[in-house]
Parts: sequence; structure tokens; C-alpha cells
Amino acid sequence: MEAYFWAFVVGGLICVIGQLLLDVGKFTPAHTMSILVVSGAILDGLGLYEPLIDFAGAGATVPITSFGNALVHGAMAEAEQVGIIGILTGIFEVTSAGISAAIIFGFLASLLFKPKG
Amino acid sequence: MAVLILLSVILTASGVYDHIAQWAGAGTAVPVTGFANSIASAAIEHRSEGFVLGVGASMFQLAGSVIVFGVFAAFVVALIKTALTLLGGS
Amino acid sequence: MLHGHQTWVFSNRPTILSAAAVGGPFEAKGPLAEDFDILHGDLWLGQDSYEKAEKKMLEEACETAIKKAGLQKQDIQFFLSGDLMNQIISSSFAARTLAIPYLGLYGACSSSMESLALGSLIIDSQSGNYVLCGTSSHNAAAEKQYRYPTEYGSQKPPTAQWTVTGAGVAVLGSQGEGPQVTAATIGRVVDMGVTDPFNMGSAMAPAAVDTITAHFRDLRVSPGDYDLIATGDLGRVGHKIAGDLLKKHGLEIPDNIFTDCGLLIYCEDQPVVLAGGSGCGCSATVAYGHILNRMKKGELKKVLIVATGALLSPLSYQQRESIPGIAHAVSIEYDH
Repeated sequence: MEAYFWAFVVGGLICVIGQLLLDVGKFTPAHTMSILVVSGAILDGLGLYEPLIDFAGAGATVPITSFGNALVHGAMAEAEQVGIIGILTGIFEVTSAGISAAIIFGFLASLLFKPKG
Repeated sequence: MAVLILLSVILTASGVYDHIAQWAGAGTAVPVTGFANSIASAAIEHRSEGFVLGVGASMFQLAGSVIVFGVFAAFVVALIKTALTLLGGS
Repeated sequence: MLHGHQTWVFSNRPTILSAAAVGGPFEAKGPLAEDFDILHGDLWLGQDSYEKAEKKMLEEACETAIKKAGLQKQDIQFFLSGDLMNQIISSSFAARTLAIPYLGLYGACSSSMESLALGSLIIDSQSGNYVLCGTSSHNAAAEKQYRYPTEYGSQKPPTAQWTVTGAGVAVLGSQGEGPQVTAATIGRVVDMGVTDPFNMGSAMAPAAVDTITAHFRDLRVSPGDYDLIATGDLGRVGHKIAGDLLKKHGLEIPDNIFTDCGLLIYCEDQPVVLAGGSGCGCSATVAYGHILNRMKKGELKKVLIVATGALLSPLSYQQRESIPGIAHAVSIEYDH
């Protein structure tokens, strides 16, 4: 039960930060998401994002910030294995499922659906 | 993750996602559902321009920034971290 | 004939022989539904893209207006039209179907009055017997081009407006029975540095005020001479700003005659309408439908329609330019 509570609170807080960026910061959605994903990458660089995931579970893995975190993880894991070139070869390793799913399902949707306006 | 993406695509394709988002704001945009919605909505919208030039080319018109900056940030962060480990270790 | 600095007075009084307004599903749910000639139940009109649907709507409006005037396409000398699409394809492709000598215009949402002003100039100077003036806009096509894909979940602020899916067209002639165009004031581009594309009312209000004050100054008349002064699509936010700015300039327009087409076309409780209607089709369908009908019923004798436009492009916004506005005013009289 506690896990759900913290997932809700942390996930919600990250969304609130997003909403503030949109409304107060007057950033466009693209700017806002970019800021959040970069923050996720930086936080993981500082070793702060993984503890957040341990604490809040899906509250930290579902928001787009975790995308930045996952990109860094993929890069680091591969770099530890094969050296510095691993940064390039490994960056999409963890996020492959997410990006592939979005492309594949998005394309399928365009085959099957028309926009509703 | 894939389940949320599929759900988001279905809601986008059925024309419901944008109505939820008008009310929910960042609540739908910030989670990975927002990412999937941006790709699916662009893909569906540009079908009238054909699959290659429309769907294919325009699919990432919104999500592209996230991927570009995410990758670039991860690259810089990983580079710094790796450099620090190498310096620290040896 | 030129009066003052930027106003034409049409001494030969071109007559609006007929007009047509075509709308979409949202407009059908609005309070002015009865004033539309044709209303469509969906945004597609049986076409495979929004852009083709907009062209079809404009063609329908043109054909309806020509028929109502008792004329044939061949009788019309010139077709003046503009719209929001890149390269004004809706107008150009409609012109292809109509095969009438064509002048494409771009005034964003001020296109309706821009085309009526120029069309009236052609008739008044005896450079044409019949002129077709029109414009159109399509909600989904505009969203796709200017903002985001229609199914994208972005949250619109309360200052945002809803682009009208509609086409409004008028047939002008040198003689006949009908409301007459008496004068037109051509507006200047006014840019007060507003940069938010989700708040176009604020961007366009200064232009509307500039044109309205020029109109009254050039003709030396006052607001009380009109039964109705309607701005095109300033919406809730822009209309209020315009009212305040006009008061500051010493020009007070009484509330009962000062209105906005964007506020008239939708009910306040229609969802997602937010600050009101916008788009070329907004001023066109309201003017050529509702307002002309009221004039024909004798409820209004002298009106001033001030169509307002925001002259930005998605690129200009990305390059951090502000939003320039423009407004064109046309006065129409019907005393019968």
C-alpha cells in the first residue's frame, strides 16, 4: 500500500513541476519535456535518480524524467563493459522497448485510425 | 512501460486523449504516456500526406526534442562519469 | 474615392446581391446555426484530408452564393479569396474549380473584409460587374498547421480561441436590391510585442483599435452613427482590451453596439471554445450569415465590420518574432 502512496505522490510532484514549467515558465510542451528528460539524466549522473526509483517505484519510472535516467544507464552499463565507446553503443539499450513500442504502435495507429479533430 | 504506451496510443487514436489532457495538463504530458501521445497523434494526423513523407517524416515532430536532448544530455553525463572513474581509478 | 488617409468611400454603393455561409459541427451547435446555408456533421466533408475539406467548403459557399444571386459562374468577373492554409491553397484550388479570374489574398483572419473592401473597390470603379468575395477556415487544418496535431494532448490556456470551420462568401454587383457597401478602411500592421500564439486576441486588439480610430477620423463620423460595430475574432480577452484601448483614445463605443463575431458564433458553455471563435471563417460566416440576415429583417440599418487578423506563421514564432496584427473595416448599409 505504501508503495502506491509514494508512487502517487512522487509521480504527482514531477507532474506538478511540469505544470509549473508550462504555466508559470511559459515553456512549450516540447521545451518542458526536454527540460525534464535532461534533469533525469543529470540526476542519474549525480546518483540521485536510482534511490528515487527505489523509494517511489513507478512514480519515478513512469514520468519522462526516467527516460533521461535510462539513457544514462544504458550508456554507463555498456561503457563499463567495453570502454568509452560503450557510451555510444549502449545509450538506447534500456529505452529501446519504450521507443520501439511508441514507433510501432504509433505507426499501426496511423494505419488504422483517422484523427478526430 | 509498453503497456502504458499502448494505452496512450489507443486513447490518442480514439480521440479521447486530448480531452483528458485539456483537463489534466502536465499530468498526461509528463509521464511516458505524453511521449507516446505525441508520436501517435503526429503519425495519425499526417497520414493524409502519405506514409513515407507524412507519417514517417512527421512522427517525431514533437517527441524529437525529447529524444535529441535526452540522448545528448545522457552522452555528456556518461562521458563525465566515465572520465571521472578513469581519472579516479588510475 | 479616398477619404482621409486610408478610407475608401464607395459613391456607387456596390450591392451585396447574395451571400452564403457554410459551417461545421461546432458551428451547428452554436447560437447562429439558423443563419448558415449549409452545416456539416463532421470535419471531413467526405474528403481524405482536412485541407481538401476546407477547399470543398469554400467551393460550396461560392456555388451557393452564386446560385442565390441568380447568376452563373461565367457571369462573375473576379474571385477574391484568402484563407489560413500555407500558400492559401483552399482559395487557389477553389478558384481552379470555379474557373473565375482569381486574386488570392492573405490577411489571416481579416481576409473576409480585405476581400470585401477590394471587391467593392472593383465594382465602385466600374472595373467589374460582379465580384465574388470570400474566405474560409477549418479548425483541424489550422491546428495541424499552426499548432499541434489535433489529437495531441496539449493544454490550451483560457485565452486560446477555437478556429471556426466555416466559409463565408458574398456576391457583389453594381446594381440590384440588397445591403450596400458604403466605405472601407484599410488597416495598418500593428505589433505591440505580444508573443503568445495562444493569446491572439491581445495581439490583434491594438490593430482593431488603430483601424477603428482611423475610420472615424477619416470619415468624421462617430460610433453612434452605426447600429452595430463588430470586430472579427478578438474573443473575450481581445474584445475587452480593444474596448479599454478605445476608451483611452477617447472613442467610446456603447456596449450594446460593440460586439465581436468570435463571441457571437459559439455559446459560452460550448467546451474547448475558451475565449471565443477565431479564423477567417469566423468573421465571414457571422457577417455574411447572421449580420446580413438581421439587416434584411430591418433590425440593423448601418453596420461596421472590423475583421482582425494575426499575421504570424509557425516559423516566425519559432524564430522568436512577436505577433503583428491587422484589421480591415467595412461599413454596410441597408435602408428599406
